[in-house]
Amino acid sequence: MPAIKTNNRLNVDAFRPPVEAIVRVPGSVISIKDLTLDDVSQLLTRATFLEEEDPLARAHHLAKRRVALLFYESSTRTRTSFELAAKSLGADTALISSLSSSIEKGESLKDTGITLKALGAEAIILRHLSSGAPYLLEQVTGLPVLNAGDGMHEHPSQALLDLRTMLAHLAGGVTTVNDQTLAGVTITIAGDIFHSRVARSNMLLLPRLGAQVILCGPNGLLPEMAAASSPNLRIERDFEAAIAQSQVIMMLRIQAERLAGLQLDLEQYKERYQLTSQRLAHSAPKAIVLHPGPIIRGLELTSRVADGPQSLIAEQVRHGVAIRMALVERALEKGRA
Amino acid sequence: MANLLIRGGILLDPSQGVEAPKDLLIKEGHVAEIAPPGKIKVNGSEVLDARGLIVAPGLVDIHVHLREPGQCYKETIATGTAAAAAGGFTSVCAMPNTIPVNDSTEVTRWMLAPERGAAIRVFPIAAATRGSMGEALTEYGALKAAGAVAVTDDGKPILKDSVMREALSAAARAGLPVIQHAEDTRMTHNCSMNAGPVAFRLGLRGMTVEAESSLVERDIKLLTELRDARAHLHVAHLSTSLALEAVRKARRNGLRISCEVAPHHFLLTDEDVGLYNTNAKMNPPLRSQADRDAMLEGILDGSVDAIATDHAPHAAHEKEREFELAPNGITGLETALGLTLRVFHDQHKLPLGRVLSLLSTQPANCLGLKGRGTLAVGAWGDVVIFDPKKEWIFRTADSRSKSKNTPFDGWNLLGKVYATISEGRIAYRAAE
Repeated sequence: MPAIKTNNRLNVDAFRPPVEAIVRVPGSVISIKDLTLDDVSQLLTRATFLEEEDPLARAHHLAKRRVALLFYESSTRTRTSFELAAKSLGADTALISSLSSSIEKGESLKDTGITLKALGAEAIILRHLSSGAPYLLEQVTGLPVLNAGDGMHEHPSQALLDLRTMLAHLAGGVTTVNDQTLAGVTITIAGDIFHSRVARSNMLLLPRLGAQVILCGPNGLLPEMAAASSPNLRIERDFEAAIAQSQVIMMLRIQAERLAGLQLDLEQYKERYQLTSQRLAHSAPKAIVLHPGPIIRGLELTSRVADGPQSLIAEQVRHGVAIRMALVERALEKGRA
Repeated sequence: MANLLIRGGILLDPSQGVEAPKDLLIKEGHVAEIAPPGKIKVNGSEVLDARGLIVAPGLVDIHVHLREPGQCYKETIATGTAAAAAGGFTSVCAMPNTIPVNDSTEVTRWMLAPERGAAIRVFPIAAATRGSMGEALTEYGALKAAGAVAVTDDGKPILKDSVMREALSAAARAGLPVIQHAEDTRMTHNCSMNAGPVAFRLGLRGMTVEAESSLVERDIKLLTELRDARAHLHVAHLSTSLALEAVRKARRNGLRISCEVAPHHFLLTDEDVGLYNTNAKMNPPLRSQADRDAMLEGILDGSVDAIATDHAPHAAHEKEREFELAPNGITGLETALGLTLRVFHDQHKLPLGRVLSLLSTQPANCLGLKGRGTLAVGAWGDVVIFDPKKEWIFRTADSRSKSKNTPFDGWNLLGKVYATISEGRIAYRAAE
């Protein structure tokens, strides 16, 4: 819990017990804020080491250790890359998805977690529709939990792989970072910010490395209050003005499944916010283009941009496996301590 | 029933403006005599020694959920009223969102039957529409005759203008207030906390303050149209500065409007949701600090008529869930007095009588509970005896409620209840 504020109207501190932060499990990464910049550096360094290591040697690190992948929501990239990452290190993985398990019969998250622990899982990788669900799973199991995306909250492993992609192109692939590593770099995150856990993790991570982050999108998808999330963060509604200042453009998908009640004119949206090759050539001919996927060609970006020379979308996926190897290994090492 | 003589205490009755050492005699469930210390003969009465303690009208909570009939695993009338008695309450008004909904004289009477084992007086509040579906009105006259003291669709606000107008008008004819849980639910779909930077950070959909204030304003408009009928609107658990301002204005315009505020809304803010703490999830949600401060201000300046707990028990397994899936509500009967004294008497130096009035005389007046919230001769013998200076730590584990869903575990409260007397019977006595 955050520190309690006192003011002249009320001093709650005088009679409430000291607010105990909930006890976190070492090795868990639920929010990107769970990691210090030193942690990030260690993960990046380890990711590079593991990626370059001989696959047979690599498979000894977590030989026969057990990792559960618990997925309440569909996923291609994140699920597969976490699974490949764990298997590359020799771990046994078990995938539980909501549609083919007792979750369908009404088993709670708590009981599902207890069951996985009883089956020998030493860490759980969770994707869930509800923001904050990983904290509950961590508390009830005492196991390290890697957040593979929870509702609209966070997706920290995505932010780390995005960072690794940026460092490869903008900083010569350095693996040790500090608060100046991205000084002078401006990153535009554009599109459906409100519903995006990727945006939330990135906007909390990148400014800590010295980057300037611009959020861009229409009011309904980007409320003004978003700018208060972090320092070095601002809102620019004019897409071209935003990308013209940026070395990195991160496009987000319109999350139709979470749009509930929002009136959004897609044609108007495309007119103002679609990343086209004309816009790129005109305003940001040197910028790199990222997208966490899945992409919807013809909506947030055109096919030509997605397949074009500035696009790093496929490369991001490759970085994902490396980062997730480091995350899984860290979870099992620290979780056992 | 033996007579009960409460001796040696300071009688503090906001309804009569009395604060003086007095003895109090309760005969056949009613206040029979108030006299200077030692003047009343014992005469075979049971005697309660109240030396060094305050003797005040039993507290009145006009907003509780007792969960019976239908959800006895959360609470029963017996356990909920036992918790109420421990908190100093002698009257509680029970919301109709039971299973089945209390929309009939049968359910109302069933709740009032002695078999329910109530420790103190329960006043049912009936549903304003059948099944609380917001369409057809229930039988207000018959419900009142069966014991209902107000009508509401609490939790399922009446959105249709025509239905709300009819409800206000029919309730005015029956002499009942309409209580509205002010939330335009068309604006709060899938929302689980207050809209604002905290909700954004947590990735939760937020309820805007306008979802509350716009419905209060709509209801005030209807009340204005029904001015001649003297319809009475009571705004439940008000939580926003905007809605409070609307109530103030309506009152200045001479409308019959009252409102209540819950302790959590004058104590906590949306920051207290922390990392998805489901014991900080309720509806209306914990608001911004500005709104929280407006609730304090409204109570201090007299704009708020009553403090009511919205006691909403839920089983542990229901709250130990994903935040968005957990039910709304917290328990509150055993912490209301201690928290209210802490904030308004201890920190804001409000006289004890005024603080107690917000918890007894005023809420009783809000819903027209005759002979409650007062210790005038002839009133019900409903008394709370407490030490206003005694500090104590509230422990959820010791709660008499069946449910333990409160954010106030471990809080240092002010004002310890030593005995609660309901209609002349001792309903609660602290273990020494």
